[in-house]
Amino acid sequence: MTTSSPPKKNNWSWRSEAFRGVVYQIVAAGVIAAVVWFLVHNTLVNMRVRGIQSGFDFLSQAAGFDIGESLFPFDSGESYWRAFLVGVSNTLRVAVLGIVLATVLGTLLGVGRFSRNVLVRVLCVSYVEFFRNIPVLLQLLMWYVVMTQILPDAADAWQAGSFFLSKGGVNYPIPVWQTGQLWAAYGLLPGVLLGWTYRHWAVRRFEETGRAGSMVLMPLLMVVLASLAGWALGGAPTEFNFPIRGEFAIEHGGALTPEFLSVLLGLTLYTASFIAEVVRGGIASVARGQSEAASALGLSKGQEMRLVMLPQALRVIIPPLTNQYLNLTKNSSLAVAIGYPDVVSIANTALNQTGRAVECISIVMLVYLATSLGTALLMNWYNARSAIQER
Amino acid sequence: MSAQTFQPIAARPAPVNTSGPLVWIRTNLFSDWLTSLATVCIGAVLLWALPKILDWALFSAVWQPSFEACRAEGAGACWGVIAEKYRVIIFGRYPFEDHWRPLVATVLLTGLLVVSCIRYFWKAWLPLLWLVVLTAFFMLMHGGVGGLAVVDTDRWGGLPLTLLLASLSLVASFPIALLVALGRRSKLPAIRSFCTIYVELIRGVPLISVLFMASFMFPLFMPPGVKIDVLLRVLVGITMFAAAYSAEVIRGGLQAVPKGQVEAAATLGLSYWQTQRKIVLPQALAMVVPGIMNNFISTFKDTSLVTIVSLYELMGAMSMALNSDADWRPFTIEGYFFIAIIYFVFCFSMSRYSHWVEKQVNKSKLR
Repeated sequence: MTTSSPPKKNNWSWRSEAFRGVVYQIVAAGVIAAVVWFLVHNTLVNMRVRGIQSGFDFLSQAAGFDIGESLFPFDSGESYWRAFLVGVSNTLRVAVLGIVLATVLGTLLGVGRFSRNVLVRVLCVSYVEFFRNIPVLLQLLMWYVVMTQILPDAADAWQAGSFFLSKGGVNYPIPVWQTGQLWAAYGLLPGVLLGWTYRHWAVRRFEETGRAGSMVLMPLLMVVLASLAGWALGGAPTEFNFPIRGEFAIEHGGALTPEFLSVLLGLTLYTASFIAEVVRGGIASVARGQSEAASALGLSKGQEMRLVMLPQALRVIIPPLTNQYLNLTKNSSLAVAIGYPDVVSIANTALNQTGRAVECISIVMLVYLATSLGTALLMNWYNARSAIQER
Repeated sequence: MSAQTFQPIAARPAPVNTSGPLVWIRTNLFSDWLTSLATVCIGAVLLWALPKILDWALFSAVWQPSFEACRAEGAGACWGVIAEKYRVIIFGRYPFEDHWRPLVATVLLTGLLVVSCIRYFWKAWLPLLWLVVLTAFFMLMHGGVGGLAVVDTDRWGGLPLTLLLASLSLVASFPIALLVALGRRSKLPAIRSFCTIYVELIRGVPLISVLFMASFMFPLFMPPGVKIDVLLRVLVGITMFAAAYSAEVIRGGLQAVPKGQVEAAATLGLSYWQTQRKIVLPQALAMVVPGIMNNFISTFKDTSLVTIVSLYELMGAMSMALNSDADWRPFTIEGYFFIAIIYFVFCFSMSRYSHWVEKQVNKSKLR
């Protein structure tokens, strides 16, 4: 006769789940460490054999190449790390502008899918299907061909007012910097404060009394008026630096290069098609009863979209929207294909000049990782703000 | 008080016609003043632009392969460039007289993709079919068997290369993605963090940096004397990249399997792998088919990046075909349109298919 007692637990037996877990993890860590060691060892041996120098000391050497466009002055005598800085600033410039434009265009297209006008609907659908099914690199190259081959020469550029469009890109007037503009900035500061306080007050009053005041227009008006007042106080400078048709190129004024325009246009139009789908999905996810309830309350179609549908859709929209922003930023690396000096293109040049592949590629990867993490953090913060406040 | 007399109210008007083309136009184009305004504006732009576009693309277009005709005054699109160069664009630098080989290989691979999309063929022997077709593809393209001349991979190009890169990286990335997705949900902290780092690292960097790594750094990674073909290196790069994205899709599917399923499996005494294989994965994978399909579409589009590390897939072949020929170089935009149409046909049909699968998957939830 045996008494049924549970078998004695042995913590060091293969039948213990915890023990197996420890063994699996040690094995996995060992395998990964071995692979990493193998790769690093080979790399070191190869570098010694081929006489490749390593290290980041090259960053302080003179770059020796010029960069077509940069936000701050750069010449070939300056160091590599300054060149990388120019590249990063160029990447961020095109990415930030692209994100803003693509969001606006994408939202319009996504909302347009719900229009009562069949023409608008069909246009939005065909736009989305067309632009998202063609590789973005191909689109960038097509825009670059349009910019550099099909547009007229600078001598007979298309002109609209003081804006010129030609193979040289877009030329536009820029205001001449004077102390008067500083006064406008001085005016802007109290304007923002005033508008912000007013908005807070209006929101509070709306929540207490239910009387809806102007919560967007008035603050905006205040900001604009205050900066206008500052500008007038500063002597109302109206001097502009106008572009002028020169003999070979458009001279003076501000200019956007065709490379920048192609990258911006390509990325914006491509990403807008994805954002449109995200917005459409978000709006479609709002329960049908919400829209019916809104019409029952007598809200107009525009109010219904603005006050009822979009705020609820936003919660569904934000996570995939973040992904699209990150995609746009990562896709801006394709600028290297058309010679826009973004960080990849600078790294590529530096790689070819110094032969330090590992270092240059790591820098590129670090820059993008940092940007991705930064954007993700920002959007997570915004997402937490717009999430349902559960009580 | 006056006597009330019965006064019938006026009869209601007959119901408005609710069908027919006129009613459709009224409700869809002119329902209120805003929609009418939009209709008029868009209609005007279309009326102005469409004839010009049609004229450029069709009526004034030059179809015969003669660049003199293309350069004539008033000529529209020069489709002659396609008539002249289509073989180089589609097959790249592959030896001209052997073009039938990549053609057969492309047809085989496309057929395989189509077959894989049809439910009837979702049988156990489908992976075997993939193996057979891919072997046939390599034998045809590379040659060296059955009297075919050997063609090295650096001469492969065009559409077959695009298809090969996309489908091979899909197949190769799937098992990796599956393991990584399971690993990210593992209870073991070391394994979970390795998988998380891998996925986040890859998803944080652009594909082009991975490709640069594959083309510049892989040679350094290998023991001295070992040389790896550039096509293989790029394939490994794309596979690693695609695996991270697929892993996230599969993880989403795994999360959607109700917890009760795993608990039920545990009460039945199934081990971890038995639970995953028999209970979790069949449910999860059915849900992620549309997501995997979308990943495949983006990988298909992303293969165009390999032209930056000088592999002549469809886009690289097209640039090479036109840039090497000064006569035809001005008509690059027509060439780009041609390959844009090829990409569009592939991607659009795949996205339609993905929609259809999504509907099929959701159908079972609607019961």
